[in-house]
Amino acid sequence: MQKKDTSIFKAAWTYDEAPESTDHIQIKKKYELFIDGKFTKPIKGNYFDTINPATNKVIASVAEATTEDVDVAVKAARKAFGSWSKLSGKERGKYIFRIARLIQERAREFAVIESLDGGKPIRESRDIDIPLAANHFFYYAGWADKLEYAFPNRTPKPLGVAGQIIPWNFPLLMAAWKIAPALATGNTVVLKPAETTPLTALKLAEIIQESGLPKGVVNIVTGAGETGASIVNHPDINKIAFTGSTGVGKYIQKAIAGTQKKLTLELGGKGANIIFEDAAIDQAVEGIVNAIFFNQGHVCCAGSRLFVQESVADLVIQKLKDRMETLIVGNPLDKNTDIGAINSKKQLQTIENYIKIGVNEGGEIYQPKCNFPKEGNWCEPTLFINVSQSHRIVQEEIFGPVLAIQTFRTIDEVIEKANNTPYGLSAGVWTQNGSKIFHLTQKLEAGVIWANTFNKFDPASPFGGYKESGFGREGGLHGLKPYLKFE
Amino acid sequence: MSRLDIQKTYKLYIGGKFPRTESGRYYAVTNTKGNLIANMCLASRKDFRNAVVIARKAQSSWANATALNKGQVLYRIAEMLEGRKEQFIAELISQGEAAKNAEIEVNCAIDRLVYYAGWSDKYQQIFSSVNPVASSHFNFSNVEPVGVVSIIASENQSLLGLVSIIAPAIVGGNAVIVLASETKPLTAISFAEVLHSSDVPGGVVNILTGKKEELMSHMASHMDVNAIIYCGKDENHIKNINELASNNIKRTIFYKKGDWTSSNSESPYFIEKTQELKTTWHPTEV
Repeated sequence: MQKKDTSIFKAAWTYDEAPESTDHIQIKKKYELFIDGKFTKPIKGNYFDTINPATNKVIASVAEATTEDVDVAVKAARKAFGSWSKLSGKERGKYIFRIARLIQERAREFAVIESLDGGKPIRESRDIDIPLAANHFFYYAGWADKLEYAFPNRTPKPLGVAGQIIPWNFPLLMAAWKIAPALATGNTVVLKPAETTPLTALKLAEIIQESGLPKGVVNIVTGAGETGASIVNHPDINKIAFTGSTGVGKYIQKAIAGTQKKLTLELGGKGANIIFEDAAIDQAVEGIVNAIFFNQGHVCCAGSRLFVQESVADLVIQKLKDRMETLIVGNPLDKNTDIGAINSKKQLQTIENYIKIGVNEGGEIYQPKCNFPKEGNWCEPTLFINVSQSHRIVQEEIFGPVLAIQTFRTIDEVIEKANNTPYGLSAGVWTQNGSKIFHLTQKLEAGVIWANTFNKFDPASPFGGYKESGFGREGGLHGLKPYLKFE
Repeated sequence: MSRLDIQKTYKLYIGGKFPRTESGRYYAVTNTKGNLIANMCLASRKDFRNAVVIARKAQSSWANATALNKGQVLYRIAEMLEGRKEQFIAELISQGEAAKNAEIEVNCAIDRLVYYAGWSDKYQQIFSSVNPVASSHFNFSNVEPVGVVSIIASENQSLLGLVSIIAPAIVGGNAVIVLASETKPLTAISFAEVLHSSDVPGGVVNILTGKKEELMSHMASHMDVNAIIYCGKDENHIKNINELASNNIKRTIFYKKGDWTSSNSESPYFIEKTQELKTTWHPTEV
């Protein structure tokens, strides 16, 4: 029940509700661990609840995997590795194609569950998360029998068992990013979804069963940080792939020091979004909104630092405020919703705390008035002006809908400011001048740079960070390499 | 009570339709014992020229389809062929293949379609490049489809030979006009039915049946065809094609292999054969 007064327009109007139906989805009351092709009770018998962040109601109870369960999963993956890695690339690819097709067939169900479990707007889960996840499997399916072309003059071999730990912001998509290249290259997998968003990974486990994938090739263990630590520290895992915070990334790199485990890390970010005076301003404003408010700002590559050239700063900020007035915050399952629920209470506290810090440090805050639903975790789209490089909300990743705005005069100045961060995941450049774009792409220290667009993802396009945003790439030919060794 | 079979009329496949040849002519295809299997359309020069016009129209929108979409369409062809496997095996057998070979050929044709479906969004990363020029420029080269391609299909392995040539050409964004195996044309027209039910836009693949001696020179000389692929070993044919292709600097591609089941019958280089390379310069200095 969210009616938004868009008073920015002369004749204010409201949107009627357009809720996505939930009667076609199937969610069990209780989910077990997916190990060796079967749903298996956790050895110690513990379960935790997964909660709908838009209502704070329990959706399902999910098994908590302990070190013992992880060990069983790793053993199953190790056993499966023998025959899976020897299977011809063509046949391996066919299984992955099947998984892609099965996700496509059940896309609507997955989209609804993703929005229920994680709080993201249905429009995003329907149009971005789920189709991209299917496409990712489709893409890497095609690589399975073509690896020798990706790495000429080398003989690629799989690593063995991959332990994969994924975050809660794009639950199914991150599972696809991890599982698809690992399978295509002949590895087997133990994957842990995030504790607040395990459901689509468990639905994926159902699809994996239906696809006939040999048992043990993919194992999905649910749990929180301790389950993740059991994977990281398991002695019979050959590879750790982690997407999440830089803090945990550092812990993992340290924990596996001295072992033979290979590692890829896709960590936090503080993306610079740079608007030049010669940009198409209206498109740039849309780009700013997309960059920071997409998925409630729970995006590692979000454009959370905005740099506007001084000559157009007033104009851009006014247009941005006007645009923010029209954003609809509310029920994730409503097709009108632009900003859904904050993923968890804990994350909401983190964001609220940063907003306090921003105010206390002297930033000038702006938030449109929002009518939030009674229950659930909500946060206004927020911007700060009059902040500088040393402010914590400029330096630290907030992982919420909070934008810090600074201005600049020259290209050299903005490059220096943009690079003044330990992170290096993404950046955006808005200008109609092509030379400026290519100059900046050469100078910015970031793994992905969007020019006159933002938050675009494609299975064929490598994604990953510079500096403390991690190492290794996911997507494209380059995404195969982290799962291969070359003899 | 016995039932009389309904026999299939084999026609051409042009622009997503199944017309008879405009010439009204036919030729008889017989099995190894000399018994009639089917009367095939004996396509004319005008049929070919019509097909070129249609292929040209279809090509640009097909090339502009996303790589993802083209890959899904090729995968869909494989799905459809898998579902009609028995029919193709029976047709190959009626044209003289041993049962075992027929099955191998059909399986291999399905897998080949999946193989090229997979290349759809990947060959670009293999064949394109960023070029480190000695000036302040961002310089890159990318591959693009050559355009409309004439294909004279393999005489043997009339399904697999056909699929092995069509798939890499269309996955690369080209439109093709194919002359089917002259002596074993049945599976080519049945394959057109598979294409027709697979989301392949009409006009992207056009299939003719007829005589090489009659059509080959037109396929090689037509001024609105960008490339010609010839599968076969006849040196006179090859020389003629090369001569006629020079009219408009057509790209000529010759495959002399007899066995299309071998592992060297598929590679991204089959795609590259019908690609152009485009280099773009852009300044990076401000």
